[in-house]
Amino acid sequence: MNPSLHYNWFSNIRGDILSGLVVALALIPEAIAFSIIAGVDPKVGLYASFCIAVVTAFAGGRPGMISAATGAMALLMVTLVKEHGLEYLLAATLLTGVFQILAGYLRLGSLMRFVSRSVVTGFVNALAILIFMAQLPELIDVTWHVYAMTAAGLVIIYTFPLLTNKIPSPLVCILLLTAVSMVMGLDIRTVGDMGELPDALPIFLWPDVPLNLETLWIILPYSLPLAVVGLLESLMTATIVDELTDTPSDKNRECKGQGAANIVSGLFGGMAGCAMIGQSVINVKSGGRTRLSTLIAGVVLLILVVFLDEWVSQIPMAALVAVMIMVSIGTFSWESILNLKKYPMSTNIVMLVTVAVVVATHNLAYGVFAGVLLASLFFANKIGQFLFIGKKQSAPNEVAYTVVGQVFFSSSDKFISAFDFKADLDRVVIDLSRAHFWDITAVSALDKVVLKFRREGIEVEVIGMNEASATIVDRFSVHDKPEAIDELMGH
Amino acid sequence: MSKVLACIDGTGALPEAVCDTAAWASKRLLAPLCLLHVLDRREFPIEQDAPLSGTIGLGAREALLEELAELDAKRAKLAREQGRLMLAAALERAREDEAFEPSTTQRHDDFVNCLQEMQPETRLLILGKGSHGDSLGVHIEPTIRALHRPILLTDKALVEPARFLLAFDGSATSRKALQMVAESPLLKGLSCTLIMVGPSTYDTRKELEGAEQRLVSAGFEVDAQLLAGEADEIILQQLEITSADLLVMGAYGHSRIRHLLVGSTTSTLVRRCSAPLLLLR
Repeated sequence: MNPSLHYNWFSNIRGDILSGLVVALALIPEAIAFSIIAGVDPKVGLYASFCIAVVTAFAGGRPGMISAATGAMALLMVTLVKEHGLEYLLAATLLTGVFQILAGYLRLGSLMRFVSRSVVTGFVNALAILIFMAQLPELIDVTWHVYAMTAAGLVIIYTFPLLTNKIPSPLVCILLLTAVSMVMGLDIRTVGDMGELPDALPIFLWPDVPLNLETLWIILPYSLPLAVVGLLESLMTATIVDELTDTPSDKNRECKGQGAANIVSGLFGGMAGCAMIGQSVINVKSGGRTRLSTLIAGVVLLILVVFLDEWVSQIPMAALVAVMIMVSIGTFSWESILNLKKYPMSTNIVMLVTVAVVVATHNLAYGVFAGVLLASLFFANKIGQFLFIGKKQSAPNEVAYTVVGQVFFSSSDKFISAFDFKADLDRVVIDLSRAHFWDITAVSALDKVVLKFRREGIEVEVIGMNEASATIVDRFSVHDKPEAIDELMGH
Repeated sequence: MSKVLACIDGTGALPEAVCDTAAWASKRLLAPLCLLHVLDRREFPIEQDAPLSGTIGLGAREALLEELAELDAKRAKLAREQGRLMLAAALERAREDEAFEPSTTQRHDDFVNCLQEMQPETRLLILGKGSHGDSLGVHIEPTIRALHRPILLTDKALVEPARFLLAFDGSATSRKALQMVAESPLLKGLSCTLIMVGPSTYDTRKELEGAEQRLVSAGFEVDAQLLAGEADEIILQQLEITSADLLVMGAYGHSRIRHLLVGSTTSTLVRRCSAPLLLLR
């Protein structure tokens, strides 16, 4: 047998089967809950979770990661479903998949290096808050029974593992609460009230939309953010799984895998999805490592739902809410709150702004965009501080300036203000040989300085301009000349 | 391209066989012997039962990372110690066998990747032959394909071989193999059975004669035979009849595609041949 096949599928069979079962059970409430967020029947989310889990098991780039219908994606499709209906959602899902595959071939996965740690933390926290907020409609304007059920569910979920580690406690929570609600005949909302559940295997269906430009203009504004958010969450989750298991993953293959999964999902009547941080952590925690765990999760999910649909429809929503609150608490990065005190203010602001923008817009892409932008500005500001300009009387009526450090758009004002144009001098020498001129702003700042001195009737001599401006060139091909970087940084 | 690299692995009586064979080869080639053990983390599956509670609480990721790192650390330390003991025993044995300048190396790496990195300094690679189940067995075919160095596959000690069987089919790979045998000091002084499988035509006879000539002029005592039939069957039969100690052949002359469609003589022989195999790439 091919060793990579062996490692990716059969190197951890027992652990993968068990964790796949645990994840399948945890996926059911999530898929139902996210379908409800998106405003579609639970079966759309359940079919999607099955298709996405199975396709990413084969085509994904990160073994052991769980992908399915997710809250982040569901939130983006709410208006599309409301205004145009399910068929347009399926079409948008197909287009999302196409964009993601394109992104994989264009190797956009490597753009993730611009997403800093604090943006990732902000993303994860925002996601947790969104999942929690999505549960609130189920908790507003309901009888006390629902609150009691939800509270009891949470108690079961967190205390049952103290008794035994062999049975998933969310399952126990769902079973017990369903039994209670059925025996007592409580009049509370159940999964069956939320829409149609799957009663058969998914079938291949081309979305029933006209194939014209008008359709494209309807779905495009949804497909693009769906593709971006899906890839962001998937790649971030892949990074988290990489870290947990200390094994590498293929990010561009993951992009293509997510795209293929969404196309298949759209063709089998499912909504768009992506990787799930909470479920992937549960999978790794339960001993899942290889592609087999993802496959098992998807297949078992479908079998359970199709054959138990009568029972699944009896599950009270309160039990699902309890499970989802558990997921949102587990997704939230507790450490980031403790770190607020320790980390520099700029890092904290990036994280908090990412969270705030996501919570305000319900769109994770905007939050990440704001976070990345802010992080880059803070970085530019910090690097701009690395500029020192020394001044020395070198001869009677002559001053020598020595510039050391980084001159670019953010530090060019500081650069100009360091020169004293009002002094009574004949001649000025500016030594740039230990400075870096990174962009055109820096060069024009220098021009301005020279011009200002000349207008005062002072003669200017610039030394080391060539070395300083070597950094302007966009491609100085450091990769094929290791000594080039020494030369660049050392002068 | 100087060392004889021997891969030591924990299973069965293989380490001794690999060690003895490697010692013999290093003496013949006057090349330093390097005993290698690769700690491939993927080969130690998680033995501890993972909790199946399916819950994640506050700080779940941080706690899990901490826990998994600790588990890995424990496993790595254990495996490293075990590897060191194994290598020390192998080194001892190699010294007893009077191997040429034996030394040991242990790496944390993917097995094939590690061998590829060491390829530039490898002259001959010695691997224990195992079934598909054991940890080295899984690697054999990809290793042979990934490396461009002679590979000696064995499951028994090759100490004083008297006769080797050279399989020749006139292909570029096998002509290269012939040339390597003729030039290398490894097999000098052994008797050679040269086998070509194919119909007896003027061309094949001519080709076999040329090959025989090449070996004779290199100082080998050669018994050349042209036989018709299935290549792998004939080769296995001749190994029995001539009681040769070693089978020498060019490996994987054909593409992966062809391999998928018609199978590969090399793979069949790796699986079925009971004698040590020297594969020349």
